[in-house]
Amino acid sequence: MRNSFEKTRASRALLLVFVCLLLLLFVSFSTSVSAQADNDSDTPADSILALAAPAPVTDLKAFDTDNDHGHSITIEWTLSADDGAGANSVISYEIMRWEPFVRDSVMAARDSLGWVQARINKFEKEIPLAEESLDEVLTGQPVLDSLSFLVAYDEKDTSFVLTSEYVDKTLRDTIAVMQRDLPVLKVRAPLLPARFDSLLILLPKEYGKYPDAIIGRFDSVGTAVSGATSHENSSAVDSRSMGFIPDLIDYYYRIDVQTSNPNIRTSSETVGPVQSSGQWFNSGLVPVLIAILIFTILTMIFVQLAKKGMDLYVRPLAGIEAVDEAIGRATEMGRPILYVLGLGSAADIATIASFTILGRVAKKVAEYQTELNVPCYDPIVMAVAQEVVKSAFIDAGRPEAYKDDIVHFITNSQFAYVGAVNGIILRDLPATNVYMGKFFAESLILAETGAVAGSIQIAGTDEIPQIPFFFVACDYTLIGEELFAASAYLGREPQLLGSLKAQDYAKAVLLASAIIGIILINIFPETGETFKSWFEVID
Amino acid sequence: MEMISIWIAAILTLGIFSFLYKDNPLYKACEALFVGVSAAYWAIVFYFDNIYKKFYEGAVTADEPDYFLWIGAILGLLFLTRLIPKIGWVSRWPMALIVGATAGLWMVGYFVSNAMNQIGSTISGIIVYDTATGFVAWGETFGSLVILVGVLSGLVYFFFSKEHKGVFGATAKVGTWFLMVTFGASFGYTVMSRMSLLIGRVDFLLGDWLGILR
Repeated sequence: MRNSFEKTRASRALLLVFVCLLLLLFVSFSTSVSAQADNDSDTPADSILALAAPAPVTDLKAFDTDNDHGHSITIEWTLSADDGAGANSVISYEIMRWEPFVRDSVMAARDSLGWVQARINKFEKEIPLAEESLDEVLTGQPVLDSLSFLVAYDEKDTSFVLTSEYVDKTLRDTIAVMQRDLPVLKVRAPLLPARFDSLLILLPKEYGKYPDAIIGRFDSVGTAVSGATSHENSSAVDSRSMGFIPDLIDYYYRIDVQTSNPNIRTSSETVGPVQSSGQWFNSGLVPVLIAILIFTILTMIFVQLAKKGMDLYVRPLAGIEAVDEAIGRATEMGRPILYVLGLGSAADIATIASFTILGRVAKKVAEYQTELNVPCYDPIVMAVAQEVVKSAFIDAGRPEAYKDDIVHFITNSQFAYVGAVNGIILRDLPATNVYMGKFFAESLILAETGAVAGSIQIAGTDEIPQIPFFFVACDYTLIGEELFAASAYLGREPQLLGSLKAQDYAKAVLLASAIIGIILINIFPETGETFKSWFEVID
Repeated sequence: MEMISIWIAAILTLGIFSFLYKDNPLYKACEALFVGVSAAYWAIVFYFDNIYKKFYEGAVTADEPDYFLWIGAILGLLFLTRLIPKIGWVSRWPMALIVGATAGLWMVGYFVSNAMNQIGSTISGIIVYDTATGFVAWGETFGSLVILVGVLSGLVYFFFSKEHKGVFGATAKVGTWFLMVTFGASFGYTVMSRMSLLIGRVDFLLGDWLGILR
């Protein structure tokens, strides 16, 4: 009995000790949590909340971006005193541009009407003329909580009339401004027989007036990181816009200095108005002008020398030497010659060079009375090629042998054209295939088919990615500029020879410039960088 | 309807592939269909995009007609004088305008990208230093040397006024090697991209058509 009592006492004592330990543990845990909480009170979040407003940017300037086609305004400023110094709290600069409310108004109605860029007083959108959709447009859309567009359709002059009505009665001052500044908006939609028609909204220019804060507001048009002192603004409405800002329209800018707390920012003073416009003369391209002048003078000198009969040496090109041999082979075999001008237009330099070579080939063909086939991809190229071949036949003294069918149009679709030419190669089995001009993905398909057909193949293009394909499948390949040299070599005309010579000398000048630049930049880095900058122009 | 489209596309695809064996009536039919459809398609596209939308709606029916478009229209009509042999020579005027205007427009662009910028990029320090350690970065230095030698020897290869003999010829030979290596790399790259086109077609045949691939 006694033992049992003692056991119970011991158990109680143990339980008491255990409870005390638990209490001790709880107290110590609470203390540590409390201490942790005390420590946590001094977190970055608190320091963010405690940020002082940063100093604004100074010397803010906004001006039309120089040496461009317009549609861009450059903003420059002096850094905030808290950017990299002072409180060092600046993380970025937000470029704010004043926008009239009308943009919001129209954007709010975009679901039915579309939207218009700020200060563009013309808006055009295709809308379905189906009854239900038209009704949807005509019901009018609530805009900006306070402004509605009411669209009415005038049957007499078949046009829509869009009027604005201010409905928010609480903003009386705003109403006054809006009523004064918002005349009737006219929407004209000429009714065409097509199902889709064009809706044209003419917004009055009064919408774009500044600086009345009531009818406009500042919107963000870009962000610059801390340390930046300039920004080029070319977006039409905001940083998400894909369009460019219109020229000759007044803009107003300010810069907001941003900190890590989005609520703590400082705005600069507003600058403006400023307008963007294109420049007639791009002074950044002066080095190019000088280079082109030098090249032009060289060309004129060599053309004159060629005209006076000076023998201007041009090294032989294997591909061109092979042309005569290939035409002779075709004559002997009694099989035609296929001449492909590529997919370029008549204005491409490679196609123009190809015309000269075609003239030479056609003349030889006329002399040897061989058959020539020139399938064309472009109708204008076909017309020019017909002229070239016709002239060549006349020069060869065989005008009666010329037929318009020699040069013929296939199609304006790349792979359909390739399919047709492949068919010609396999059915006519030409002895020689000449591919000269601009080629793209079809180069290997054509050349491979020609190789399968057993034709001698001569190719030339300035499309560098296609040259490897011609290399592997053709007997002779003219690489890039060799095509142009070939036309001069074959034509032997003073203009072509003169320009080829001028090109060579221009290359020599560029080569010398590169060597001088490399020496300078390695020995006198600053001078070298200046010299290098003459060549780093942007078109 | 979709099933019919898939079947037609599959048969036409196989018809074009049959050319790999040899020219055959099926390929001829596919080729004729392709050429005919594409020619008609582009004729319609050109008519609606250029003659109707651009010219007719822009210069004839527009509220504020763009009268400059009439110049293009007249030049286009002059092109058709080729059909009248007596005044066919007039068609050379629009051709001359196209060729001359494009050459002029491209002159500056080509000069900047193909000549000036190339030289600007070549002018760089031959010995490249590691900004972290300050020692010579051998890999980058080798790269800059390769670019330098490649550009200079490549330019020499494209000199046409001098025969490729002696030191000049040897330099041009180096240029040729650079060109060949570049073409080889370009060839491999493009072949791989063409493989993806083939995979696309096979995927269509086995997936959309036969339903073997899911």
